[in-house]
Amino acid sequence: MRLLDLVLLALKTLLKNKLRSGLTILGVVIGIASVTTIVSIGQGGQQLIQDQFANLGTNVIAVIPGSGQSGGVRQGIVPTLTPGDAKALAQECPSIKAVSPLVGAAGQVIGGNSNWKPEQMFGVGPDYLIIRNWPIESGEFFTERDINGATKVCVVGQTIATQLFPGTDAVGQQVRVKNIPFQIIGVLARKGTNMFGQDQDDILLMPYTTVQKRLQGSTFSNLGAILVSATTQELSRQAEQEIRAVLSERHKIAPGHPPDFRVQNTIEALAIMNIVTGSLTAMLAVIAAISLVVGGVGIMNIMLVSVTERTREIGIRMALGARPRDILYQFLVESVVLSSIGGAIGIALGISASAGLAALINKFLPSSNWPFTVSLPAALGAMLFAAIVGVFFGFYPARRASQLDPIEALRYE
Amino acid sequence: MALIELRDLKKIYDLGEIQVAALKGVTLDIHEGEFLALIGPSGSGKSTLMNSLGCLDRPTGGSYRLAGEEVAGLDRNELARLRNRRIGFVFQNFNLLSRTTALENVEAPLLYNRDCPRWERKKRAIKLLERVGLGDRLDHRPNQLSGGQQQRVAIARSLVNRPSILLCDEPTGNLDTRTSREIMAFFRELNRQDGLTVILVTHDLEVARKTDRALVLIDGEVVIDTKDIERAAQVLQRRMRSDEDEGEQS
Repeated sequence: MRLLDLVLLALKTLLKNKLRSGLTILGVVIGIASVTTIVSIGQGGQQLIQDQFANLGTNVIAVIPGSGQSGGVRQGIVPTLTPGDAKALAQECPSIKAVSPLVGAAGQVIGGNSNWKPEQMFGVGPDYLIIRNWPIESGEFFTERDINGATKVCVVGQTIATQLFPGTDAVGQQVRVKNIPFQIIGVLARKGTNMFGQDQDDILLMPYTTVQKRLQGSTFSNLGAILVSATTQELSRQAEQEIRAVLSERHKIAPGHPPDFRVQNTIEALAIMNIVTGSLTAMLAVIAAISLVVGGVGIMNIMLVSVTERTREIGIRMALGARPRDILYQFLVESVVLSSIGGAIGIALGISASAGLAALINKFLPSSNWPFTVSLPAALGAMLFAAIVGVFFGFYPARRASQLDPIEALRYE
Repeated sequence: MALIELRDLKKIYDLGEIQVAALKGVTLDIHEGEFLALIGPSGSGKSTLMNSLGCLDRPTGGSYRLAGEEVAGLDRNELARLRNRRIGFVFQNFNLLSRTTALENVEAPLLYNRDCPRWERKKRAIKLLERVGLGDRLDHRPNQLSGGQQQRVAIARSLVNRPSILLCDEPTGNLDTRTSREIMAFFRELNRQDGLTVILVTHDLEVARKTDRALVLIDGEVVIDTKDIERAAQVLQRRMRSDEDEGEQS
């Protein structure tokens, strides 16, 4: 029999028993739907994490002060990083694209007719925005000259700009922090909330030298952290090693001794997160696949019943010239068509379910910005798997049908 | 060369402890274009012989040549091919595919014939249904047709692959007298006009009387093979009466 004839015959036969066919494929539908949904949700989560890391900046490596030790006295965090360290990193590490010192600050900002306390207030270097992959919307960012002169300029995020100067351009306006007047020279582009629901646009940046000299009023000028951007993602590990080498030498850390700084590689963290979410998704998908196997057993069960019920039909077909192979294919194709239809319905159901879930998450957790992804390979894989289930569980009943004796089958009542 | 050549054909059923010989060595020739009846009481081996002739079953001994081809050694696939191309079956209980239209029933054997292109199937099936007078019942299912109509669908189906032999197992057994007569007349027409070889298996002497040659089978052996149907009928009746007498005595 030709394949087209087999498929048409199978469809005709299945349509004669709509209710039974529907109930038979239910197991496969549920199995494929849950696999599709879980894979889609898992990939959405992975996408979300990747977006968040991208939000953090481009291949960011953070160097923060570690536990220090001087003359046998050990303490937790001591500010061991200096602007000199930052300069050295920029000059000596070939795998590094940009470096920016980071100094924390806090305080109330007074401007226009109101005041505002930014969530984040940092003193940074001119390359900070390159590292954070953050464009400026209007105005400009401060330069090396501002750093050297510790000028009283600042750049603000969208939230501060609208809070202090609603309806007007914040660039060129004056704000006061701790009674020191600063001029706003730029406004950052909107970045939105991060993974933890923190408003990233509630930020004020100024030259780190300005923070040290004018806000902290301290001559003890060590840094809170140094942010580094590796040239490429692939080079992040090498960049990390270069940083360790340069800083160890500058800080005179003897080999084998614990360093007084720590290097946090976000790319490494991303890779680990990917592995965690990936394996979690895989595990859930395997559990869902078990329901698919149960669905397959359901198909086998019905096909066995069907073979017995249609013994006479098999006998007639054999008398008319059907070879055992024709009968085998007839029942096999029937089972594959059943499971494939189940697979198709399951994929459709799974995609709508994951779209619905993504919409639901975004409705109740607007800050999460959950992405809805449909993976074509996953859908095709699920479809293929459904067909394989059909072949696997359809083979035994089909084989039994094909091995019937034509005379016995014709006499069967 | 005869169309069908049986030489000492044997069929022995092995039931473990005992062996039952359903055919004890049948030798006969059937030529193309013959119209004959195979008669005998139940249990005489009629059905076994028919199944062997129809390539549904393999004999356990002897030789069966169909159009010169030895059938005894063929495997299931080759037997299926012979059934599909050379033999048309007509059964007592019609054996139509249920919940399937008359047209699809008649087309069914063509599904297993790769030499018949798709587009030709419907054409052939419709032509045959028109010939048996059911051109207006193409979309009817078996349960929407009378017994006579069902048998005519079955006959159309048996002819669709243009076989050389029509093998009919009690074809009028489930039909009333008038319909039986019509069906028998149609077999005669097929035999005369199309030169089809028609073999009827029956225990009905009235049916047998319409044929040209009768074979009486008793206890797995051909006891008489004659063109004189009345003589065959007498032999059969005498034999059956003596069986009844034996039954009364014991």
